[in-house]
Amino acid sequence: MHTIFGIPSQLLFGQLLLGLINGAFYALLSLGLAVIFGLLNIINFSHGAFYMLGAFLAWMLLTYCGIGYWWSLVLAPLIVGALGIAVERLLIARLYRLDPLYGLLLTFGLALVLQGVFRNIYGVSGLPYGIPSALAGGRNLGFMILPNYRAWVIALSLAVSISTWLAIEKTRLGATLRAATENPALVEAFGINVPLFVTVTYGFGVALAALAGVLAAPIYSVNPNMGADLIITVFAVVVIGGLGSILGSIVTGFGLGLAEGLTKVIYPEASSTVIFAIMIVVLLVKPNGLFGKAT
Amino acid sequence: MTETARADQPTTTVAVPAHARRNDVAFHRWIFGGIALAVAFAPALAYPVFLMKVMCFGLFASAFNLLLGFGGLLSFGHAAYFGAAAYVSALAAKAWGLPPELAILAGASAAALLGALFGAVAIRRQGIYFAMITLALAQMIYFVALQAKVTGGEDGIQGVPRGTLFGLIDLGNDYALYAVVALIFLAGLAAVHRIVHSPFGHVLRAIRENEPRALSLGYRVPRYRHAVFVMSATLTGLAGATKAIVFQLASLTDVHWTMSGEVVLMTLIGGMGTMFGPLVGALVVVAMEYYLASIGGWISVIEGAVFVVCVLGFREGIVGVLARKLKRPL
Repeated sequence: MHTIFGIPSQLLFGQLLLGLINGAFYALLSLGLAVIFGLLNIINFSHGAFYMLGAFLAWMLLTYCGIGYWWSLVLAPLIVGALGIAVERLLIARLYRLDPLYGLLLTFGLALVLQGVFRNIYGVSGLPYGIPSALAGGRNLGFMILPNYRAWVIALSLAVSISTWLAIEKTRLGATLRAATENPALVEAFGINVPLFVTVTYGFGVALAALAGVLAAPIYSVNPNMGADLIITVFAVVVIGGLGSILGSIVTGFGLGLAEGLTKVIYPEASSTVIFAIMIVVLLVKPNGLFGKAT
Repeated sequence: MTETARADQPTTTVAVPAHARRNDVAFHRWIFGGIALAVAFAPALAYPVFLMKVMCFGLFASAFNLLLGFGGLLSFGHAAYFGAAAYVSALAAKAWGLPPELAILAGASAAALLGALFGAVAIRRQGIYFAMITLALAQMIYFVALQAKVTGGEDGIQGVPRGTLFGLIDLGNDYALYAVVALIFLAGLAAVHRIVHSPFGHVLRAIRENEPRALSLGYRVPRYRHAVFVMSATLTGLAGATKAIVFQLASLTDVHWTMSGEVVLMTLIGGMGTMFGPLVGALVVVAMEYYLASIGGWISVIEGAVFVVCVLGFREGIVGVLARKLKRPL
């Protein structure tokens, strides 16, 4: 058996792969948080609940309507995005003139409601969701066996993250969005409907969370609490990366997932706290985050 | 947390003339007297363990509000100090065999130490980042409590002995314990009041209202923020340690983020930045949990809905509204 630094290579690559999967979820979620924060100036605490909702929608579509994974991958983000748009219009829009912390409190309450409702209906033991047949099995890479589904999750989340980044950085629509982030009043004076932008952005951000939820459903079981603890880790990811940069949140997400996987090999007891420890170090050295702008 | 986010808009605080302020202090003394009387006679009306829970959470919310209402910093991780103190005092009373007064002291000291460490990290950012950082730091404590052997994992530390106070008074008696908890509660409340109305408290408010100006006047803003963070954590620890002795239990609930959310909710319902609001909020939330216990898991749905309603339409809180009607700070 091969070893690297005294660690069996099978174990090392296996954990790094798991880390990369977690990193894919961190990246998708922190990307959504960053996009929402850029335009709405609030931290969306219900992001974890929308991620959970995405996974549940996939399960419900399959169980109640017989709609499979591939359609869920499209439908669940659309439904959650529509819900997000309603939430932004009906609730969050009332808070824009206030301290942004009220947005955090409102979305926290919303998360409690959503998670509580699903916990009461479906319990906390988790519901199974199978891997789609086209992605079952795995391939032998020589040094490790790569399950097809996991490769798909990493590939799709990378593709979605990078296209989001490109759309924001390189297209005309993205340029308007960035301008609206910088100075909403001026952009509005040019005749652009900024409130509409804000609403759609929120919908898009939570749709990303729902997409992550659908991707996660076959890996972790579908559970009402799946988003609650994840979102706190994602907050740490966001503090480490800084909310200023889209590419930054993608890189930080994948990087921290890998760091977590590596810790699982070297010192498993610390794997759940390593991201928080990294956050402390980053705050002491570079308080604005690795990619953050000085405030 | 002020109602207005931008510096160019006028703040909602109204300048109070000096003579009015002296009146207000006298008024607050009357309210304190009223609370002390209520605490003394309440056991005749309600179950002592319920009242002790209200007092523990009232102190917790007041300590939290010291940081939020007067320091202007929203911590989303106060469960860390509450829970850490609960675990340490439970360990002290059960494993090390310390008497209750020393166990509570040990718990509060542990919270102070933790607050000094975490506070130093957290105050490096403000606003939304501060909330996220405190939440993440608290989650770390949660994982430690979950994984460490000494904290008992999922079971927590159960069967903590209440012990005998100073080797004289047996706290197994609910009424004796009630008297001790009442004293701790009133002393903690007096401490919060003292801190808020001290010169230190006035500097804190100056920093909250206009940080650049306070800086330019020569006040070391980070030092003040760190100090109020440690004070808040210590008093939170006092509440958590007392709670562990009263319920003879330290568990994961005490360090979970839902606990951090609950104390935010209490303060929001009662009125952020008011002296007595957090007490009212704690009473409302604890009573709600007590009387609605039969609906089980739906309680967190109700709490979430109350959160949403309060943020949307009731940001002043119960005591905040009262204070506006009476035209006096409460």
